[in-house]
Amino acid sequence: MSGIFSGRVGLAWPGLFGIGVLALPWYKGGAFTASALVEGLAGRVWLLPLVLTAAGLMALALIARDWRIQGVTPALVGAALVWLLLQGFGIGLRGPALPGIAVLFPQAAAGQPGFGLGAWAAGLALIGALAEVLAARGFCRGERFPAFAIVGIVAALSLFVFFPILRLMSAAFVAPDGTLSTIPFLNRITAADLWSLGCVTGAGRCGVVVNSLVLGILSAAIATGLGLGLALLVARTDFRLKRLLRALAILPVITPPFVVGVAIIVLFGRTGFVTVEVAEWFGVRPGRWVYGLPGILIAQVLAFAPVTFLVILSGLEAINPTLEEASTTLGARPVTTFRTVTWPLLRPALAAAFLLAFIESLSDFGNPMVLGGSYDVLSTKIFFAVVGAQYDLGQAATLSLLLLALTVGAFWVQARWLGRASYVTVSGKSDAGLVAPAPPLIKWAAMAAVLPFVILTVGVYAIVLAGGFVKDIARQDLTPTFGHLWTAFSVEVGERGVQLFGSAWDSMITTLWVSALSAPLTMAIGILTAWLIARQDFAGKRAFEFGTLLSFAIPGTVVGVSYIAAFNVPPIDITGTMWILVICFVFRNMPVGMRAGIAALAQIDRSMEEASQTMGAGGGRVLRDVVLPLIRPAMFTALVYSFVTAMTAVSAVIFLVSARHNMATAYIMGRVENGEYALAIAYSTVLMLVMIACVAGMNWVVGKRRLGRRSGLALPAE
Amino acid sequence: MTETAIEFRSVVKRYGTATAVAGIDLAIAKGELVTFLGPSGCGKTTSLRLIAGLELPSEGRVFIAGRDVSRDPASARNVGMVFQSYALFPHISVLDNVAYGPVIRGTPKAQAQARAREILEQVGLGGLEARLPAELSGGQQQRVAVARAIVQQPDVILFDEPLSNVDAKLRRKVREEIRSLQRRFGLTAVYVTHDQEEALAVSDRIVVMDKGRIVQVGAPADLYERPATPFIANFIGDANLIAGQVVQGHFTAPGLSLALSGPDGAATVSVRPERIALRAGGDAQVTSVSYLGSRMEYGLDTPAGEILVSRPITEPRFAAGDRVSLHFDPAALIRVA
Ligand SMILES: Nc1ncnc2c1ncn2[C@@H]1O[C@H](COP(=O)(O)OP(=O)(O)O)[C@@H](O)[C@H]1O
Ligand SMILES: [Mg+2]
Repeated sequence: MSGIFSGRVGLAWPGLFGIGVLALPWYKGGAFTASALVEGLAGRVWLLPLVLTAAGLMALALIARDWRIQGVTPALVGAALVWLLLQGFGIGLRGPALPGIAVLFPQAAAGQPGFGLGAWAAGLALIGALAEVLAARGFCRGERFPAFAIVGIVAALSLFVFFPILRLMSAAFVAPDGTLSTIPFLNRITAADLWSLGCVTGAGRCGVVVNSLVLGILSAAIATGLGLGLALLVARTDFRLKRLLRALAILPVITPPFVVGVAIIVLFGRTGFVTVEVAEWFGVRPGRWVYGLPGILIAQVLAFAPVTFLVILSGLEAINPTLEEASTTLGARPVTTFRTVTWPLLRPALAAAFLLAFIESLSDFGNPMVLGGSYDVLSTKIFFAVVGAQYDLGQAATLSLLLLALTVGAFWVQARWLGRASYVTVSGKSDAGLVAPAPPLIKWAAMAAVLPFVILTVGVYAIVLAGGFVKDIARQDLTPTFGHLWTAFSVEVGERGVQLFGSAWDSMITTLWVSALSAPLTMAIGILTAWLIARQDFAGKRAFEFGTLLSFAIPGTVVGVSYIAAFNVPPIDITGTMWILVICFVFRNMPVGMRAGIAALAQIDRSMEEASQTMGAGGGRVLRDVVLPLIRPAMFTALVYSFVTAMTAVSAVIFLVSARHNMATAYIMGRVENGEYALAIAYSTVLMLVMIACVAGMNWVVGKRRLGRRSGLALPAE
Repeated sequence: MTETAIEFRSVVKRYGTATAVAGIDLAIAKGELVTFLGPSGCGKTTSLRLIAGLELPSEGRVFIAGRDVSRDPASARNVGMVFQSYALFPHISVLDNVAYGPVIRGTPKAQAQARAREILEQVGLGGLEARLPAELSGGQQQRVAVARAIVQQPDVILFDEPLSNVDAKLRRKVREEIRSLQRRFGLTAVYVTHDQEEALAVSDRIVVMDKGRIVQVGAPADLYERPATPFIANFIGDANLIAGQVVQGHFTAPGLSLALSGPDGAATVSVRPERIALRAGGDAQVTSVSYLGSRMEYGLDTPAGEILVSRPITEPRFAAGDRVSLHFDPAALIRVA
C-alpha cells in the first residue's frame, strides 16, 4: 500500500477515476465494453457529466505541477462525487426515484441497474481524490495516509451504517400501497399490540415493547447482580474456584445461538430431565412454564452474567486499595467500609454492566426465538414481519426504529454517565496496599447467588456436550451414536475424490469463508479507527468517534432489516452475495477492535510515532513500523473476537443469508424450528470445536513471533 | 550575513480558541544553536513542532533552508528531533533504530547500517549496536536518540528539554556533550528549555518567549546584561527592579540618585544582586541572611523597597538587623521600562 501513499503525488486517483468511467463495466452485471462513456453516448446521458469531470481531472493531473492544490480541483471532485450519488439514487431500476429527474432526463424512464465495477472504482477514486485535496490543504497536518483513512472510513460508515438506517426510517413511512406518508407510521407505532398493559390489568397479553422492556430490565438486573457476586468472589475472597469462574466466563462467547435455549428445553421442558425428576419426586404435573419470560430470562442471564462479571471485575480491580485501607484504619467495620467506600466507587461499573446487559437483552434474537412461546419481543416480531407470511417491510422498519431508539437511548445514557472511562480501560492498578477482603455476610450472599448459576451452567453445557452424540436427548434416549454428526457432515470417498454429502457442509464452508474474510478486515478497520481517534487531530473528530461507537448499539435485527431496506435495490444491490455478510460483520464488530486498540494505544508514548515521522515515514509507514508491532496483543484480541462473533452471530445474518450463501447459525435455527434438536446440538459442538481450533491456531502463529520488549520509558511530553 | 537555515514569518498556531503561538518572526542562521527559553506553557514546544512539521501553522509561513515548508508534513522535511522521552523504538535494536531514517528515505539497508554504525561510534556507543533500547542506561539511550536524529544530516536538529530525564548530577556533562556534538557536526540546532542557566550555558543565541510571543532575542551575555523588559530581567538570573524617575540624566528613587542617560520620565531599572556593594552603616537594614556556600545573600529593607544583594564569601559579613549602605556600580543600571 505504501506504493500509492508515499513518494510521488497521488496521480493514481484521477487515473482510477478515468479507468472507472472509460474501461470498466459501469453497471452491475454489465459487459466490459459497457463503460460509462459507452452507456452515456447510448442514451444514459446523465453519465456524461461524470465522464467529463474524469477527463478534466486527468488533464489537470497531467498538465498541472500538482493537481491537488489547483483551485478548481475541490469543485471538480466534489461535483463528481455528488453527481455520482445523485444519479445513482435518483434513477432506480424502474425509472426516476426523485422528482424532477423525469423532466431533466426523459431517457431515465427506462431506469438503470445498480453500480458495477466501474461505478465502484469511480467512487473509490473520488474518495481518494477528496482525501488528497484535503491533505494538501492541511487536513491531518498534511499527512495523506490518515486523511485517506478518515475519509475512507467515514464514507464506509455512511454507506454501511448510516445510509441503511436512513433507508429504514424512510421505509417506516411507506404505506402498504407504496406511497410515502406519516399516517402508516403513526398507525403502526401506536398499535395496541406494542404498548398494551393487558397482562397487568388482566385484559389479555402485554404489548411487545412492554415485553421487551420487562425482559431487558429483569435480565440486566439479575445478570448484574450475578456478575457482582462473581466479581466479589474472584477479587475479594479466597474462593478456590476462581480460575474455573474465569474459564466459564469465556463460554458464552463461543457458544452458538439457540443451543443454550435448546439445552434449557431439554432440561426444563415438559419432558425435560429436571421436569421429569421433579414430577416423580414431588408429584408436580409437568408444565410448559419454561416457554416465555422465565425461559428467556434463564438463557439470557446465563449468557450475560459472564459479561457483567468481567466489566464489574475490572471496576473492582481499578479501585485503589488504599482507599479501603484508609477507611479500615479509621475504625470502620468491614461492612461499613464496603457500604461507604467500595460500593460507591463500584457504582459506575455496575451501571455500565447493567446498560450493557440491557442492550444485549433487547438485541437478543436467538433465545426469544427458541424459548419465547407466545411471549413476543421486538426482535422476534421484527423477524416475523420480514420472514413470515406477510412480508411487511414497513412494519419491520417501524419496530426496528423503536428497538433502535431503546438501545441507542441506553447507549447514550451510558456514554453520558460514564464518559470515556467506559471504554478506555486505564490500567491504573495501584500496587500499594492490600485489597480488603469482602465481609463474610457479603461473601456468603455472593456464594448463594453464584452457586445455582454455576450448577445451571454446568448442566447446560453437559447437555450441549452430550446431546449431539446420543440418539434423542429430548426424549432421554441416551444411546450413544454418531448418526447426527454423520447426517450433517458425511463424506464419501469415490471416483471423483472426496465428496461432501452431509447437509451442513455448505453452511459450514460459507461460515468459515465469511469469518475468515471478515475477521482481518474487521480488525484492520477497528485498529485503524482506534489509531485515528487516539492519534490524529482533525475537524469533526468527536462526531467521528461517536458515530463509530454508535454502530455498537444497533441491534443485529435492526442491522438485518436496514440492510434489506438499503441493499435490495440499485444502486447498491448486494443482497444475496457473500459480500453483504462480510460487510455486515465488519461494521458490526469493528467497535470491539476499536476499543482494544484505543486501550492499547493509551499505553504507548506517542512521540515514538512522531520520531518515525520526522525520520521520513508517512502515516502508513508509521502505523506499520511502530504502532502495529507495539499493539499486537490488541490486534489479536480483535481478530479472535471478530472471527468468533462471525461464526456465532445470528440476529443480523438471518435476514441476509440466501440459498447459495447460508450460514451455520441460520442452518442451526432451521433445525431447531424443525425440532431436530440433536442435529442442532451436534452441529453446534462441531462449530465450537472448530472455533477453538482456529483460535488456538491463530494464537500459535501470533505467539511465535517474538513480542518486542517495551522500554521502561514512557514519559508524557510536557 | 550568514545563510539562513530556518525562518518564521508571522507564524501563529491556534488550538481551537487557544493560541499557543501568537505571531513570531525569527531567522536562525546555519550552524547556530538557538534556545527557546520561557516559562512552562509559553509555546516553546509548539514552536519546535512547527519546525518539525508535527504541527502546521494556522497562519504565517515557515521556511527551512530557504524552502517554504508551511504545508509540508513532518515526513517531507529533513529535520532531526530528540524527544523528551527519547522515543526510541523499543522493539528493534539500537542499530536498527539509528538506521531507520536512512532506510525509510531509500538508502539500501546494508549501507544504512554502516552509516548508523559509524555515527554510533562517534557518539561513543560502539559495541552496543545489537542491544534493545531497554538494555541501555538513560544517558546511553539519549545518545542513541541524538545519533538517530543526526544520522541523516538534517537541516536542523531539534531538542525538546533534552535534560529533563537526566540525573541532576549528569546534566552539565550531557549538555556539554550536546554542545560539542553540535559544533563538531556543524549542525543548526534549536533547543528548548525552561531552565535559564542551561540556556545561558549552551546557546549561541537565546529566544525568550512569553505567552506565545518572542520578548527578546540575543546572545546570553546580551540578555543577562541588557534585558529589555522587567519580565526578562526577572526570568534570566535574579534582578532588583526599582521604580523611579529619570530627570536630566539622573535616575531618582527614594533614597537613591544615580547617573542614567535616556529620556526623562517614569522609569524602572534592573540591578543584578551581585552588582551592589555593601558598607556598614546607612539607611538600609539587613532583614535576612542566607549562606549559600559560594556567596552570601542578603535581603535588605531600603527606602526604595526590598532589595536582594549577593556578595562573595570572602567579604566581611553582616548579620540580620545590621544597618548598611548600598553602593551601585553605575554601569550595572539597566533601564527596563
Ligand atoms: N495539542 C494541543 N491542544 C491544545 N492545546 C495545546 C496543545 N499543545 C499545546 N497546547 C497549549 O498551547 C500552549 C503552549 O504549549 P507548549 O508549546 O507545549 O508550551 P511549552 O512547551 O512552552 O511549555 C499551552 O497553553 C498548551 O496548553
Ligand atoms: Mg514543552
